[in-house]
Amino acid sequence: MLCQDCGKKKSTVHLTEEINNEKVVLNLCRECAEKRGFRNPLEGVPFPLAEFLASMLSQTQIPKADQKPQMVCSACGMSFADFAQSGRLGCSGCYTTFRNQLDDLLRKVQGSTQHRGKIPHMAADGMKPLREERNLQDELKRAIQDEDFEKAARIRDKLKTLIRKT
Amino acid sequence: MFELMAKKPAIWLSGEGSNSQIVLSSRVRLARNIVNSPFPSRSDADSREKIISFVRGAVEKSPILNKGIIVNCAELDELDRTFLVERHLISLEFTSCREFSGLLIGEMENTSVMINEEDHLRIQALASGLEIQTAYRLANQVDDELSKSLEYAFDSTFGYLTSCPTNTGTGMRASVLIHLPGLVLTREIEKVIPQINKLGLVVRGFYGEGSDVMGNLFQISNQTTLGRSEEDIVESLERVTRQIIEYEENARKRLFGEAKDQIEDKIWRAYGILKYARTLTSEEALNMLSAIRLGIGMEVIKTINLSRINEILALTQPAHLQKYFDQKMEVGERDRIRADLIRSKLTQPAAEIGT
Repeated sequence: MLCQDCGKKKSTVHLTEEINNEKVVLNLCRECAEKRGFRNPLEGVPFPLAEFLASMLSQTQIPKADQKPQMVCSACGMSFADFAQSGRLGCSGCYTTFRNQLDDLLRKVQGSTQHRGKIPHMAADGMKPLREERNLQDELKRAIQDEDFEKAARIRDKLKTLIRKT
Repeated sequence: MFELMAKKPAIWLSGEGSNSQIVLSSRVRLARNIVNSPFPSRSDADSREKIISFVRGAVEKSPILNKGIIVNCAELDELDRTFLVERHLISLEFTSCREFSGLLIGEMENTSVMINEEDHLRIQALASGLEIQTAYRLANQVDDELSKSLEYAFDSTFGYLTSCPTNTGTGMRASVLIHLPGLVLTREIEKVIPQINKLGLVVRGFYGEGSDVMGNLFQISNQTTLGRSEEDIVESLERVTRQIIEYEENARKRLFGEAKDQIEDKIWRAYGILKYARTLTSEEALNMLSAIRLGIGMEVIKTINLSRINEILALTQPAHLQKYFDQKMEVGERDRIRADLIRSKLTQPAAEIGT
């Protein structure tokens, strides 16, 4: 269908406006739609993360000769090629199997590879010193940034004792 | 199913909580998986069934959840599933769920857990208004209680392990449902959205991923889940939301300063249509309700309160309408019944609200 305003280009924008229960259908090309002032506010907005991930994955090189030709997760049987296609991992074991590739991917998609949030109950005991160390290191960085060297020294001492303990 | 539930809007649409004239609701979702089980997309019926029974066991021991109900999504018909999407209890993807897919609905409906969606568990907490902290505390509490009986897939570097790497880390998506007619009318929304994106947040339509903008309602959520703590994510979403509220308030002030007559006319026309129309599509109803919500916010309309508008907003969605009257209806009939229901809700005295 041709655009009803210019009559030249193909209409790609189809709008139904409802005014007092009367339907007005407009078939316009993009340019004419913009001239009339119709724009989808969500248009041109960067993709949601999932789409971004898909585009990242299609660019990711599937490991070649120097690594094992077909890396497959021993727990669920998923290959990296399967993952690159679906964007979904098969099981938690995939995170171990594809650690290097995922490290790279997460850095690009999430901007980080280090979890800084909650630790679950059942993992908590083993992880506690690790968490504490991480927090102290953050605090140390902040103290140095603020040029609070007295505080920095105190934190450094705490860190030392913590590392000695573990 | 759900006919009784459909008589009342969910508690998180009560119109309470801070900034509830602009922010309808706040939501926090946590993705969790159980160790040594393939993720749902790659698991067979046996292992899916096992996950359901693990979760069932954990729910029984959870004081927050154990008064809720667990439904088997695979056994629900299409109308039931659409109803749950409208209710914000399941995702659009979950409407095409496989066997052994479950949904736990907490007693107050402000907590829920999707079982065997993309991840084994998707814990959700909702609150009315700008109450992201409240929603987070609730989701966190549910997570704590469940994790006493469930061992989660967790890695000291990557955090909570999820099916899609876009959720890895905290597994958390925090969002607000926000009404921005001022920014849409002044077209400033086109400038504001890219700014929000730059701050690491995503803007979507009413029903979340892949849905359109309707009734000037937007959903704003965090983009990344790894590298920041949950508190940090909640805090930054809240800070940006407050900034957007300020923009919206300024846009409204400008509209009323420069085009008071036109805006008031728009609001009262919307009121007139809802009060007297004999047929209304859900889209028209949503847009008219948007104008009335603006009218209440600007104190143009003083005879209706927000909770009534939220109630109408919820009850007049297509599946809600059919559940409310407990009968399947064709589109044309729905539009007539919708108009009837809105007329009666607008004339019902305020004292009867919630009945």
